[in-house]
Amino acid sequence: MSEPTRQQKLEIYRLLRLNRTLEEKLVNLYRQGKVVGGLYRSLGQEATSVGTAYALSRGDVLGPLIRNLGSVLVMGFSPRDVLAQHMARASSPSGGKDCNLHFGTPERGVISSISMLGALVPVMAGIALGARLQKKNLVAMTYIGDGGTSTGAFHEGLNFAAVQKLPLVVVAENNGWAYSTPFRKQTAARCLADRATAYGIPGETVDGNDVLAVYEAAKRAVARARAGEGPTLLEAKTYRMKGHAEHDGQAYVPSEELAEWAARDPLEAYSRVLATEGIASADDLAAIDAGISERVEADAWAVEQSPFPSPESALEGVYARKVADAEPAAVRRRS
Amino acid sequence: MSETAYVDAIREALFDEMERDERVFVIGEDIGVYGGAFKVTDGLLERFGEHRVIDTPVSETAIVGAAVGAAMMGMRPVAEMQFADFASCAFDMITNFAAKSRYRTGVGVPLVVRGPSGGGVHGGPFHSQNPEAYFAHTPGLKVVQPSTAYDAKGLLKSAIRDEDPVIFFEHKFLYRRVKEILPPGDWTVPIGKAAVRREGRDLSILTYGAMVWTALDAATTLESEGIDAEVVDLRTLFPLDEETIVASVAKTNKAMVLHEATRTGGIGAEIAAVLSERCFEYLDGPLLRITAPDTPVPFSPPLEEFFLPNAEKVCRAARALAGY
Repeated sequence: MSEPTRQQKLEIYRLLRLNRTLEEKLVNLYRQGKVVGGLYRSLGQEATSVGTAYALSRGDVLGPLIRNLGSVLVMGFSPRDVLAQHMARASSPSGGKDCNLHFGTPERGVISSISMLGALVPVMAGIALGARLQKKNLVAMTYIGDGGTSTGAFHEGLNFAAVQKLPLVVVAENNGWAYSTPFRKQTAARCLADRATAYGIPGETVDGNDVLAVYEAAKRAVARARAGEGPTLLEAKTYRMKGHAEHDGQAYVPSEELAEWAARDPLEAYSRVLATEGIASADDLAAIDAGISERVEADAWAVEQSPFPSPESALEGVYARKVADAEPAAVRRRS
Repeated sequence: MSETAYVDAIREALFDEMERDERVFVIGEDIGVYGGAFKVTDGLLERFGEHRVIDTPVSETAIVGAAVGAAMMGMRPVAEMQFADFASCAFDMITNFAAKSRYRTGVGVPLVVRGPSGGGVHGGPFHSQNPEAYFAHTPGLKVVQPSTAYDAKGLLKSAIRDEDPVIFFEHKFLYRRVKEILPPGDWTVPIGKAAVRREGRDLSILTYGAMVWTALDAATTLESEGIDAEVVDLRTLFPLDEETIVASVAKTNKAMVLHEATRTGGIGAEIAAVLSERCFEYLDGPLLRITAPDTPVPFSPPLEEFFLPNAEKVCRAARALAGY
C-alpha cells in the first residue's frame, strides 16, 4: 500500500487543524449562548476521524457519530454546514430539524446517525447490502464508541455484515469513556478489537492519535472490504480530552490520565512528523493555521447573520407527500 | 377461476412487485429455503435467488436496520417479522431510524415491514399481539392492515411502491380463512382509504383486520333484530381516512369502534377523538369501544376467547347504542 503523497500529508494536516479550529470556534459560540443545545467535543480524537475517513474513495459512504467532526469535513461538508447545524439555522443541512453532526445523504457520502448508539452499524450494513444489490463496488464505514459496543444493535449489525461478507469497516473509537463510565465498567474484554473474534472477522488495534497509522490501518480494512473479503473491526485507541459535552466538567477523570494523553496530542505529534520529514516547517504550518482561522471566523459570522427556519417549516418533510394536518379539525373549521 | 387465499394474495403481491421492479427484495428469518413460518414467501427463493430473498440470523434489528440502509441506497426492501410481536426487537430501527429519516435529513426510507399479527390461534402472549398503535403513534410511518385477500394484495403493492416506510400487519387468523377470486392484472389499493363493507342507517361499526368479519357477523344478527349497522373497514390506520369515517357517522349518528388490540391508547381512542372533534353535532349517543381488555394476550383457549372481542360482544354493545 502506497504511502500518502506530500500533498496528501499536507491535506491531512489541514483537515486536522480545521477540525480543531472549527471546534474551538464552536466552544466560543457556545459560551456566548449562540450554540443551540449541547456541544460534543472531539478534542484529542481528531486523528481517528480524519485518518479513517481519508482512507475512503469517492462513492464510498460514511456513517459518522457526534465526535467525528473531522470525518464529515473529509467527506466534503463545510464549516458553514457544521456551524449552521450547531446554531440551528435554516441553511443547515438538516434545515434545523436535527442537531450537531446529525445530517447527510447517500449522494454526499454521509449517513446521519441517530442518538441511539450502535444503530448505525446495521444501517451501514444495509448501505453496503443495497450497494451490492445494485452492483456498486462501494465501501461503507462507520464508527462506534467503547460504550456503543455494548449495545445489541452493534452486535446484530456486525454479525449480519460478517455473515453476508459485506464491505463494511467498523471503527471502534475507544476513547476510554462513555459519558462518565470508564472502559473497565463497559466490558470485561481486554480491548475492543478482541470482539472481532466473535464475528469471525479480523480485528486490529491502532494508535488512534497517530493519524498516519490510523490512515494505513483504515486503508487495509477498506481494501479488504473492496476486495469482497468482508468487514473489519478496527479499534482506534485514543482519549476523550473533554467531558461528554461542554456542560460536563469531567471531574470523574483522573488528572494524571489527562496529562498523559495531553502529551500525546495528535496535532502536535503530526506537526512534528511533518517537520521531521521536511514537509512543512513550523512557519509553514502557522500560515496554514492562520488561513483556517480566518475562514472559520468568516463562516461563523456569515452563519450568525443567517435566519432561523420559519416556524411553519416544522410541519414539512415528515412524508414524501403531506398526509395529516397538525391542528384539530374543529380549530381548522372555526378559525 | 379459483379463489386466492389472503396468504397467497400477499405472496402474489411480493412476486409481482419483485418481477416488476428489480429494486424490490425480501429479507427476514427463514423466508428463503423454508418459505417463511407461514409460507408467505414460499417459492420466491427459487424464482429470485438468494440475493433478493435474504435469510438472516435471528436478528430483527439487523433485518430492519439493513432494510433501512438499503432503502436509503434506493432499494425497496420488504422486511419480514416472523411474528408482528417481534417488531419490538426492531423498534428503534422502525421508529427512530426509518420513521424520522426524511424529516431530519431529507432521505426517504421506502421500506415495508410486514408480518402476522393478531390472536385467535392460541399463540400466547408473544405470538398474538396487535402492536399497531405503537407505530400509528410514530410520525413518519404509515400503518396498514388488510381484511380481505383483495386488499392484502393491493395494499401490499401500494406499500412497496410508497415513498415512505409502511408497517403492514397481516392478520394470521385470516391467512387461510378468507379467500376470493382476484382480478388479473396490475392493480393496487390506495393507502389512506377506508372501505364501507356494509351500508347501514342505524349505527357505524368502525373496525379493521379480522374484526371486520366479526362486525359483519354481528351486523347479520343485528339486522334480524331490526338494527341496521354500517361496517367501515379502515384498512389504513395511519393516515386515517377521516372523510369516510365522518361521512358514515354523520349518516348514522351513532358510532362504535371495534378492534382486537387492547383498549387504552388504541386506534379506537384516536377515532373517538376524531369523531369528538369532527362529529360532535351529529352524535346521538356515546362513542363505544369494543376492544380486548388491558391485559397481555392469554394462552389457554377459554382465557383467549374471553379476551378477544366477538360478534356477541359487538351485538350487546350495538343494542345498547341503538337504544339511545
